[in-house]
Amino acid sequence: MKFVDEFRDGGLARVLAGKIERTVESGRRYNFMEFCGGHTHAISRYGVTDLLPPGVNMVHGPGCPVCVLPIGRIDNAIALALERGVTLCTYADTMRVPASGRSSLTKAKAAGADVRMVYSAADAVRVAHENPTKEVVFFAIGFETTTPPTAIAILAAREQGLGNFSVFCNHVLTPAAIANILESPQVRDIGTVPLDGFVGPAHVSCVIGSAPYEYFAEEYAKPVVIAGFEPLDVMQAVLMLVRQVNEGRHEVENEFARAVTREGNVKAKALVAEVFELRRSFEWRGLGEVPYSALRIKSKYERFDAEKRYAIVYRSVADNKACECGAILRGAKTPRDCKLFGTVCTPETPMGSCMVSSEGACAAWYTYGRFRDREAA
Amino acid sequence: MKKDYVRPVDFRNGRVDMSHGSGGRAMAQLIDELFVAAFDNEWLRQLNDQACFAVPTGRMVMATDSHVVSPLFFPGGDIGCLSVHGTINDVAMSGARPLYLSATFILEEGFPLADLKRIVESMAAAARDARVPIVTGDTKVVEKGKGDGVFITTTGVGMVPAGVEISAERARPGDSVLVSGTLGDHGIAIMSFRENLEFETTIRSDTAALHGLVAAMVAAVPAIRCLRDPTRGGLAATLNEFARASGVGFRIREEALPVRPEVHAACEFLGLDPLHVANEGKLAAVCAPEDADRLLAAMRAHPLGRDAAIIGEAIEDPHRFVQMETGFGGARMVDWLVGEQLPRIC
Repeated sequence: MKFVDEFRDGGLARVLAGKIERTVESGRRYNFMEFCGGHTHAISRYGVTDLLPPGVNMVHGPGCPVCVLPIGRIDNAIALALERGVTLCTYADTMRVPASGRSSLTKAKAAGADVRMVYSAADAVRVAHENPTKEVVFFAIGFETTTPPTAIAILAAREQGLGNFSVFCNHVLTPAAIANILESPQVRDIGTVPLDGFVGPAHVSCVIGSAPYEYFAEEYAKPVVIAGFEPLDVMQAVLMLVRQVNEGRHEVENEFARAVTREGNVKAKALVAEVFELRRSFEWRGLGEVPYSALRIKSKYERFDAEKRYAIVYRSVADNKACECGAILRGAKTPRDCKLFGTVCTPETPMGSCMVSSEGACAAWYTYGRFRDREAA
Repeated sequence: MKKDYVRPVDFRNGRVDMSHGSGGRAMAQLIDELFVAAFDNEWLRQLNDQACFAVPTGRMVMATDSHVVSPLFFPGGDIGCLSVHGTINDVAMSGARPLYLSATFILEEGFPLADLKRIVESMAAAARDARVPIVTGDTKVVEKGKGDGVFITTTGVGMVPAGVEISAERARPGDSVLVSGTLGDHGIAIMSFRENLEFETTIRSDTAALHGLVAAMVAAVPAIRCLRDPTRGGLAATLNEFARASGVGFRIREEALPVRPEVHAACEFLGLDPLHVANEGKLAAVCAPEDADRLLAAMRAHPLGRDAAIIGEAIEDPHRFVQMETGFGGARMVDWLVGEQLPRIC
């Protein structure tokens, strides 16, 4: 397929692999975190690590929107659908995320809740428009990529005068999460998570631009290379990171220049600023409470804010004790380090969120990589 | 005495009502004017509750398949021909020659008779083309809201030629894996018509009866080890089923997989893997490596196997993993589909 196959070309991949091999310094370890689940997925699906020299280690980051959603928020959504009787519109991945008491939105649906899978926020607005007698809530999750469409949905609902539409906002922010990881004792002091650089997000950066990463590169002295989600993008980004490490540089470089600018999408950012404002703090699965890491709906649009409309009370719920999702999301552990992985926790019966989304580190390893465990064992 | 007059069934504007399944005159009339007329054969004409036929000696296979596809009509086919092809293929994947079919209809009250006629005529045409008669059947009607238009269950029987031993547990390390053509056409054709997902495409369902292709394959290589049509769950499910049953692993090559560019593109933007998308007119085969070229030639010589390809081989692996060399140059697993990709695809 044109404009896609070019970025998955096996011949070019071998050329890049050769370049990386020649560029790495012998005996040196390079640990790079790919922040985004999109990269995690691409790396596993195309077998990118097979083409990297042994000294280069990819560490999975927390950039999977479904994975970082805390249990309490899923509980809130289930309660909306089951107890308040709203029609809950949600992205498909969220349906299977485990909630308290072995529940999930899929199970709530089977129990009679009106839960509908939608492909976009606009679809949720349409559901509200077509069902005027029902209260429709859009379960908004995701990083900066899905936030502008939610803003547009709210503005469209206002324009259409929809009184039965609201948004349960769970949008989170990438830079805050990266800062949280870099501030964590494992990275800063103990050094159990040695990080030499970041593969920066593709689609998120299309919206926010490359400028927000300049602070990390500078403050934490870590190189960041923004990369597209195709496997050749990842390889090229690794090469650029290796070069920066070798040369002692820590800059923001943009491999994804075909889509990302320094300013990002100015119009999308303006839409987000119009509708949303920063939350003082938000709980992330794995990272815990992270200050100024999420958005809420401005009071100007509060009639579309499900949290206000239904007086939602958030209650934090701890993960299963044996579940290592938290450590995996921080890059401190790998799926193989988790006792539940592949035993009681599988994509069919996920215990932790990292096993749910195809972008989750556990699901990616289970689906595409676990045949390697046999070689290691 | 006045001459009998029965007003013909109104296939233009009429709808299914509860009387069409009640066992009374309305049901008999529907059977006469629709099912017997369309499927017309000596067994149905006898109007018995069963079909009676002579059984040749040898090994007989039997398969059954229910069809609940939505939408009922889709590019390249409809629930009618799909229900004939589906069961013929299940019978044929043993290497058997399909002989007879039965058909059961569960109709929802209010379903337009015009649509039912269209579906039944499509079934009749598919059975005629395949030369496999529908010899017995049943009709039930459920109240409005208790069904979704029409569900069709077909059952088929067939005879396995002497010397043919095709079964999922017969794959051995070193065996070759072949597919008969492009992957994912049916699933993508259905998805392009689904509510919320409509996108414009020229992709048509590949629904087809594969027993002719199978006969040609068995004639060329009687020692074929495994055959299966990769429907729901796609080729990934079929290979994992072979692996589990045979106690082997598989290693396939992404670059060898026949996938239409349109299907590839649709999978790309829907976030699907063509290996997980349903087919209704394709098969996967496993044979000894020395038979592979002969089998491939026989497949390619048949119209339904034109795009056939050798895609990989069985390997020794106690874990029974299916692996794929990616076009990119790495390796990955090809796992079972998780959850539902899209319900009611066939």
